[in-house]
Amino acid sequence: MKNCFIGAAIGAMIATGLHAEEVLPTNVAFNDGAIEQSLSGAPGDPNNGRIIVGDKGQGNCVACHEVTDLADVPFHGEIGPMLDGAGDRWSEAELRGIVANAKIMFEGSMMPSFYKTEGFIRPGNAYTGEAADDTFGPLLSAQQIEDVVAYLVTLKEE
Amino acid sequence: MKKLTGAILATVFTTTLASAEPVDDTLILNEETPIVTRTAAPAHLSDALDEVLSGWLFRGTETRAMQSDDFDNPGMIFVEQAMEAWETADGTAGKSCSSCHNEIESMAGVKPTYPKWDENAGSVQTLQMQMNECRTERMGAEAWGYDKGPAINMEAALSSVSRGMPVNVAIDGPAQSAWEQGKELYYTRTGQLELSCANCHEDNYGNMIRADHLSQGQINGFPVYRLKNTKLNGAHSRFKGCIRDTRAETYAPGSDEFIALELYVASRGNGLSVEGPSIRN
Ligand code: HEC
Ligand code: HEC
Ligand code: HEC
Repeated sequence: MKNCFIGAAIGAMIATGLHAEEVLPTNVAFNDGAIEQSLSGAPGDPNNGRIIVGDKGQGNCVACHEVTDLADVPFHGEIGPMLDGAGDRWSEAELRGIVANAKIMFEGSMMPSFYKTEGFIRPGNAYTGEAADDTFGPLLSAQQIEDVVAYLVTLKEE
Repeated sequence: MKKLTGAILATVFTTTLASAEPVDDTLILNEETPIVTRTAAPAHLSDALDEVLSGWLFRGTETRAMQSDDFDNPGMIFVEQAMEAWETADGTAGKSCSSCHNEIESMAGVKPTYPKWDENAGSVQTLQMQMNECRTERMGAEAWGYDKGPAINMEAALSSVSRGMPVNVAIDGPAQSAWEQGKELYYTRTGQLELSCANCHEDNYGNMIRADHLSQGQINGFPVYRLKNTKLNGAHSRFKGCIRDTRAETYAPGSDEFIALELYVASRGNGLSVEGPSIRN
């Protein structure tokens, strides 16, 4: 009986613990545009991050940025700077801040805020042209942001 | 004109990857009418842009060539249909457009001034609204749906007889408040992507956004025949698509917001030639 209780209590602690480690979009703490702490509480997967950066349906970062490492993905845009060497220019915390909400690092930036859920004008339901409904969430999840950051860190000039 | 359609539509359009800059090319329509595709920006815009450029300059070689000759321009097939409608009686009064307006060529010079203030209506009217006023109040006919086939075809016909004339919409006097509203909309960053028209079409024209070569988003070429959907498209429908692509709740064609936006965007092209029906991707 006693053991059962302890087991359940530990289980609950782990569950709440995990939950507390995922930072909600409305709770992100920026420090000079950077975010020190992982948003998901778990490490990022650079391979998945690479896919997100090139995928039209996910980050679609190549719509605006050229990335030599993603030469296999067609059509890179030229709105923002080339991302080659981003891992040299910025720390992991800075990259996390830029991807989550670039407008804090670069005032008025055209780059979308990927981890933000408030403050939009006429937010829509994805690309339908209809108003947003209660399924509205950030452009990328906490773990997707971590994956993208883990990938960007690997972009070093030889 | 019709006999050429099949050949035109069967052509496979190869996507020429555009370089960053608009091309250095001149458009002469049917080897006789020069079309102004780049000119000094109108005074109200001179703080933001030196030059205004037609979307024609941002399209590939084949697309540009198709627009230079009416026999190659698939948009002209829809103009032909509208020319027939112009002569055809419709509605309870038994009248056609030509009953009152004679030849459609008499409409040369009308399109470049729209949208414009209408004293009787007490508001800014687009060309489609003016056409519907004639249909409902003078012909006893039903209004055409906004940007729908018959309306967009007639708008293209009215545009075609004004090609080569400079866009010249009035932005002051009673039209000013709608113009201000349109300007506000143009610079508002909408949707989850928080992008304004200006982000793409003022700050980044000439740049690639993914596979698209960004133009200034001018409407001197509207209605536009798009290779993508092989029909004529209205300016409001284009605005709707661009706003939707910012992950925003968009506005409807014919709405007050789009009337105001059309007036403002048209005014950014004051001085460019009327080109519609033009051809775009
Ligand atoms: C709509 C265009 C757009 C999209 C989409 C976009 N960015 Fe950006 N990004 C920019 C612009 C513009 C800048 C330059 C910063 C500024 O505004 O001054 C920038 C800057 C950056 C920087 C800093 C550049 C450097 O190396 O110094 C990084 C890193 C970055 N973006 C990553 C991303 C990632 C990752 C994504 C996808 C999740 C993304 N961006 C999507 C437009 C965009
Ligand atoms: C019964 C006569 C009549 C018929 C039929 C008629 N119109 Fe009109 N239309 C007018 C009159 C009168 C005006 C001027 C209204 C004004 O000044 O406000 C006008 C104005 C216009 C204008 C604006 C001209 C300008 O200088 O601004 C357009 C465009 C137009 N008509 C298109 C059409 C079309 C298209 C049709 C057929 C679908 C049509 N009209 C049928 C009488 C007619
Ligand atoms: C995310 C970038 C983006 C935004 C924001 C945007 N557009 Fe566009 N727009 C495009 C692209 C891409 C095209 C197709 C290529 C081109 O002509 O620029 C286009 C095309 C157009 C065209 C057709 C131009 C022609 O010559 O056929 C018009 C008009 C236009 N946009 C108006 C607007 C207006 C008005 C807004 C604001 C309500 C707007 N756009 C917002 C990306 C954008």
